[in-house]
Amino acid sequence: MQDTENIVNGQKLFLKDEYKELLANKKQFESSTLATDPAKVEEVFEYQKSWEYREKNFAREAITVNPAKACQPLGAVMVALGFEETMPYVHGSHGCTAYFRAYFTRHFKEPTPVVSDSMTEDAAVFGGLANMRDGLKNCNALYNPKMIAVSTTCMAEVIGDDLVAFAAAAKDEAPELNDVEIPVANTPSFAGSHITGYDNMMQSILVTLTKDNIAAEKKERINIIPGFEPYIGSIREVRKIVDAFGYDYLFLGDHSEQWDTSAGTYKMFDGGTKLVDAKDSANSKATITLQKYTTKKTMKAVKNKFKQEAVFENPIGLAGTDNFIMKLKELTGKEIPESLKTERGRLVDAMQDSYPYMHGKKFAIYGDPDFLIGVVSFLVEMGAEPTHVLCHNAPKGWEKEMEEILAKSPAKDDCKVYPGKDLWHMRSLLFTEPVDFIIGNTYAKELMRDTNTPMIHMGFPIFDRHHLHRTAISGYAGALNMLTTIVNKVLDKLDDETSSIGKTDYFFDAVR
Amino acid sequence: MTAKTLDLLQKEAIEEVLEKYPEKAKKNRAKHLGVGAPEDDANKTCGGVRSNKKTIPGVMSQRGCAYAGSKGVVWGPIKDMIHISHGPVGCGQYSRAGRRNYYIGHTGVDSFVTMNFTTDFQEKDIVFGGDKKLSKAMEEINELFPLNNGISIQSECPIGLIGDDINAVAKIKAKEMDKLMVPVNCEGFRGVSQSLGHHIANDAIRDYVFTGEAKHEDFKSTDYDVAILGDYNIGGDAWSSRILLEEMGLRVIAQWSGDATVKEMELAPKAKLNLLHCYRSMNYISRHMEQEFGTPWEEYNFFGKTQTIDSLRKIASHFDDTIKANCEKVIEKYAPMYDGVIEKYKPRLDGKKVMMFVGGLRPRHIITAFEDLGMEVIGTGYEFAHDDDYKRTTEEISNSTVIYDDVNEYELESFVKKLKPDLVASGVKEKYVFQKMNMPFRQVHSWDYSGPYHGFDGFAIFAKDMDLAVNSPVWGHSSAPWDK
Repeated sequence: MQDTENIVNGQKLFLKDEYKELLANKKQFESSTLATDPAKVEEVFEYQKSWEYREKNFAREAITVNPAKACQPLGAVMVALGFEETMPYVHGSHGCTAYFRAYFTRHFKEPTPVVSDSMTEDAAVFGGLANMRDGLKNCNALYNPKMIAVSTTCMAEVIGDDLVAFAAAAKDEAPELNDVEIPVANTPSFAGSHITGYDNMMQSILVTLTKDNIAAEKKERINIIPGFEPYIGSIREVRKIVDAFGYDYLFLGDHSEQWDTSAGTYKMFDGGTKLVDAKDSANSKATITLQKYTTKKTMKAVKNKFKQEAVFENPIGLAGTDNFIMKLKELTGKEIPESLKTERGRLVDAMQDSYPYMHGKKFAIYGDPDFLIGVVSFLVEMGAEPTHVLCHNAPKGWEKEMEEILAKSPAKDDCKVYPGKDLWHMRSLLFTEPVDFIIGNTYAKELMRDTNTPMIHMGFPIFDRHHLHRTAISGYAGALNMLTTIVNKVLDKLDDETSSIGKTDYFFDAVR
Repeated sequence: MTAKTLDLLQKEAIEEVLEKYPEKAKKNRAKHLGVGAPEDDANKTCGGVRSNKKTIPGVMSQRGCAYAGSKGVVWGPIKDMIHISHGPVGCGQYSRAGRRNYYIGHTGVDSFVTMNFTTDFQEKDIVFGGDKKLSKAMEEINELFPLNNGISIQSECPIGLIGDDINAVAKIKAKEMDKLMVPVNCEGFRGVSQSLGHHIANDAIRDYVFTGEAKHEDFKSTDYDVAILGDYNIGGDAWSSRILLEEMGLRVIAQWSGDATVKEMELAPKAKLNLLHCYRSMNYISRHMEQEFGTPWEEYNFFGKTQTIDSLRKIASHFDDTIKANCEKVIEKYAPMYDGVIEKYKPRLDGKKVMMFVGGLRPRHIITAFEDLGMEVIGTGYEFAHDDDYKRTTEEISNSTVIYDDVNEYELESFVKKLKPDLVASGVKEKYVFQKMNMPFRQVHSWDYSGPYHGFDGFAIFAKDMDLAVNSPVWGHSSAPWDK
């Protein structure tokens, strides 16, 4: 029973004797077949650790277990929230929209506005035109957005709704919608992943907004597209770098204000790329994407439609940031600011301070393709060994690029790339070829528990740690953040392993 | 504020909210909003609101879908089965491990609740159909997870649209593998909310678990066997309920579906009485068991001191004097604790106003728990309720209460701004909207990562958490000293 002087929640309540007894007693009703035989459970668990199981696991063709990717409309929602007063609008059943909102909200700990046009069974039969007509009208009346960015769920895709025609029909009926930009993007969940949806929506918004405003003569200005960026700190860090050059630029799709508003009053929309800027974006002389694999289609439009220089950079890690900065020098024709040179020097200094603790340490890591390109490069720069590099949503060409990065490591023969694999594959890798640390999102937690591999939270989504998304992993400052996090995790582990009194604590050093 | 002015303010709030809508939407939403009063029990529903209708398009409804109702609520927590999210990758990923359905087991070996199994549909599966992939997926599951006690197939939107026959696949595989294989046609576009998903999931239990085949014949029944239905063990709720039932001498032979096993699902009809907590999501199967097996059912409410005591007595009334006497002993045993809780927290919470918006049973069940702490509920509503839920709500409210069915973000924000409660209790999508306004908030889907809230032990945590939210110093920091 609870003690009113010390009320505990479930964590400790269920450790009280009466609950231990209760749970033990429940067992008699649970045993159906094999499952509650502890010896059998142990036997199967041991089997799951074997190479034999790993081979069977890797032979899977049909079932995906614990994926490390989400579906397209999620990415489309992120793009929309990076533009000024833009309401993401998902054409389809509203369950999807509830999921997207909850997913982003749990990661950013911030509200996530998204509307749905709530298609149901009759819409599945007759199409979703009526939903779109009413939906755009209602959304506009309630929220008065400057832009409504329409994406689709797989239901609307399967029945083949024609978004362009539907949006036009809605405007015919409600002329007030003519004052609202309504870009549309097909984002079928059964193709690609959330990064594909990002690409489709970014492409649609840019192409829609720049229509009739693509001049042959380009302005002395560059565009920057962040990609599916879960770290709002990274967006700010990249801006800081570009700002230092004092050159005109447009940041296309900046959700760093939207998902980081102040306490005091609730504002549904905040920050984002101004539509007037987005409309002129085709007239900048170049566009830099910070996530190549997330913006393939968009960059094709940049090159072929806008006739701009399409530039691919990934400012995560030392070399990634160096390359980004050199590119900025080239494009802007300006000298590299002293402040950045100093920052670089400090980063390298910190890397030299900490390298012994990361050198030779084995890491397993998974995440989105561009995130991995950057973070794995940094691990290699530190002399760490990225033993298992897994990318569930790896696009074409990614594997080769990752192998080239790993080839720079002295441990290259022990580092392997796993495109298209899931986290149950990763579990087998960790059992059969253990590593020192796993780097991943919240779902790595179960891998940590099952395989006793210490975990470092990085990527998307992160639901079970607070405020990491506010920090940067991009730029020199971002690299320093990663370094600090990783090296101190190594040191925490070292302290844990050497804290046994009179046994291992000769190595429990006061100075590391 | 007197009751009269509250009532007027509430009516005014509704009028104001409706103003902004286009004509068609206004007409629709007007029917879903009302002001309820305890004396209105002649009304068909509390506040006269209409419910279980299509959501108007283009708003931020809090509703989920049929898949969420089946996989997320009813089937997902059954721990020794593997639940396949059949279709594209998103649905299973967004609903993975977010609901806090606690269970004891070795995840990945004999329990699978927090994992995500999906057939990850690609374009070719849409074009050529996914039945073969499903069949192969079930074989692979059986090989890699030999201790599973069955597989359920939770259909996502495309399945019903492309003409796949999951029922046929399940039938073949059940025969081949001699295991429980349950096809559930819970595509997200079916119905208007997660509610139809509950119903479809209940029907699947009826059709695939209660097959008529004799099972557990060696099971020795007692006169005191009960089953808990409609408790999803969020944060351990079913455990802090079960302990009270067992302490009064009843034997809980099944828990549906939080921390449940297939065997417990099969055992429920053997109970002398089915105890139904979430009426909305499991009334269908309760009625079925009554008709088919003669198992009576009784609704109960284990939120707060008053309701828990009333419910314990109501449950005991179905049994003999021994149980009735034990029931009183249990109530007496816990009295110093729950009264101590009230003594400690009521002075800190007395008179505070609450607005709630959730699903299932909570919009009415929790009202009295707040009142036990001296708090007053001035607005409540359901995501996916039916008329019978709103009818039951009239019995629970004690003053004029604004009732909002399928309230959307715009409406809830407007109501809160107008009625200025001291606490908002809703879900994660709403949480940060209200916290931005310096408004204390608790999630009442997930218990905000705390809980359990059921039973007497749970009530103590509930009280502590509400105090934590309402009286935290953090709400007072927003204006800077230079602005004062």
